[in-house]
Amino acid sequence: MNYISNTKEQQKQMLEACGVGSIEELFADIPQDLQPKSFDLPAARSEFDVFRHMESLANRNYAHLVSFLGGGFYDHYIPAAVDALASRSEFYTAYTPYQPELSQGTLQAFYEYQTDICRLTGMDASNASLYDGGTALHEACQMALSITGRNRIVIDGGVSPIYRKMIYTYAANLNIDFAEVPVSHGQSDRDAVFGAIDESTAAVVLQNPNFFGVIDDHSDIAAKCKELGILTIQSVNPIAMSVIKTPGETGIDITTGEGQPLGNPLSFGGPYLGFMAARRKHVRKMPGRIVGRTVDQEGRDAFVLTLQAREQHIRREKATSNICTNQALCALRAHIFLSLMGTGGLTELAKLCLAKTEFLKQRLSSIKSVEVMNSSPTFNEFTVRLPIDAGEVVSRLIDRGFAAGFPLGRYYPGMQNYMLVAVTEKRTKCEMGTYAENLEDVLWP
Amino acid sequence: MATPNDRKYSKSHEWVKLDGNTATIGISDHAQDSLGDITFVELPEVGKELKKGSEFGVVESVKAASDLYAPVSGKVVEVNDKLGSEPEIINSDPYEGGWLMKVEVSSADEANELMDAQAYDSFAEQE
Repeated sequence: MNYISNTKEQQKQMLEACGVGSIEELFADIPQDLQPKSFDLPAARSEFDVFRHMESLANRNYAHLVSFLGGGFYDHYIPAAVDALASRSEFYTAYTPYQPELSQGTLQAFYEYQTDICRLTGMDASNASLYDGGTALHEACQMALSITGRNRIVIDGGVSPIYRKMIYTYAANLNIDFAEVPVSHGQSDRDAVFGAIDESTAAVVLQNPNFFGVIDDHSDIAAKCKELGILTIQSVNPIAMSVIKTPGETGIDITTGEGQPLGNPLSFGGPYLGFMAARRKHVRKMPGRIVGRTVDQEGRDAFVLTLQAREQHIRREKATSNICTNQALCALRAHIFLSLMGTGGLTELAKLCLAKTEFLKQRLSSIKSVEVMNSSPTFNEFTVRLPIDAGEVVSRLIDRGFAAGFPLGRYYPGMQNYMLVAVTEKRTKCEMGTYAENLEDVLWP
Repeated sequence: MATPNDRKYSKSHEWVKLDGNTATIGISDHAQDSLGDITFVELPEVGKELKKGSEFGVVESVKAASDLYAPVSGKVVEVNDKLGSEPEIINSDPYEGGWLMKVEVSSADEANELMDAQAYDSFAEQE
């Protein structure tokens, strides 16, 4: 697309047409701290100059650290075939087809991706993906409000604080009554959840494994909510699904999650992948695109975008959501990753994560004044209590080549000395050993 | 298909057939014909109070999704559950088997303000 410049005179005319006096006034709705300091770009530079500048910026990233950092995004191995296949131009160029049925290959990949998500979660219907785990959870809340016609959402304290912040940001101008229920010993507090729900409650939002890595069985909460006409929403880790109770088995109505662990790299917040699946009866309230399989006039298998009356290009302001695309390339990567792993491979991967997490738990608890929290089983991740500020420990370990973990004090007041530690299949026994030694050395020099 | 004389019609193409205080409501033959093959109907819950002119549901066809507007005020007492699995009945039998819901009307006068068959026919023709 060509860059079309405009003159001062044209800018003035456009501003007049909008009824504002200046460009600053046009952007007045954007908070001051998010506005650019100036719209004057520096003078043009050569390609090589720009390349060198970008390279020096990139070098400021600590990409070489051995990572024990999780908090919803995990350092899993990505087979080379994922990059090779996902970057084929047949997929890459046609990633968001405007005449979708022309791109049968793309639609087939999304259809297969939807099948993957349904099989992983045990749910009936999946959409073709959303932006990320947090926005997917927000969309699930909107869906529950629309299905029930109620106004209250109860959120379990085990739900990622990052997701909660996203939900509140999206809902800032909507009149929704949110209630948060703190966890008890790292798990959903049943009494508190049941105490917080009432006849105006649309949904209870849960996470499994929760932000602290704790695995729970929310069947009792799902059953109780069902009696009261309240929907249950559960955000889940897709890799954990191969070894723990699925939302389908738990009796959950809508499930969402972050699909990054499935073949998508960690990259400063995205692009990531939101997935969503629901019970069949809720499918018409689901946001986003859905690919369906049908037959063409000659009886051959064909793929189409289906149930489009939910979407805004058909129903305008009455659409279920203003999502009008999907996270095509990330969903494709997830599908390729899952196809390569297969059911057996995925289960093996999950078991490896579980076993390595247990190994590191034991190793870290042998360090003086380091306590591993939660006696309940965890997946991928666990909480430790340190004798000093966790943020301080993290910055000291960066100098030694480790991303040590996620300091919980950042989101949980009073938990300054607590840190989330994540372990994936990529962490070797040797890496875990040196990590523990360095942690010990930092705490007790 | 002849427009039945035993009921009234709204400008948004719903029909109302009154039996005492109970109004049976559906969409006209003209409406189903304009929509094309109907694939899905969303109906209100029994017990819901509707105001004349308010949206009470959606009909989706292969061509469009259209909102349904209550031609009279009242409380929903029954919905046509058969349409859940066979929405095409609205196409084949809009005035009998394809009824959408029954409403206990708050005032019979509201129905009288609507068009009769003849007036509706000429209204639909002009549209």
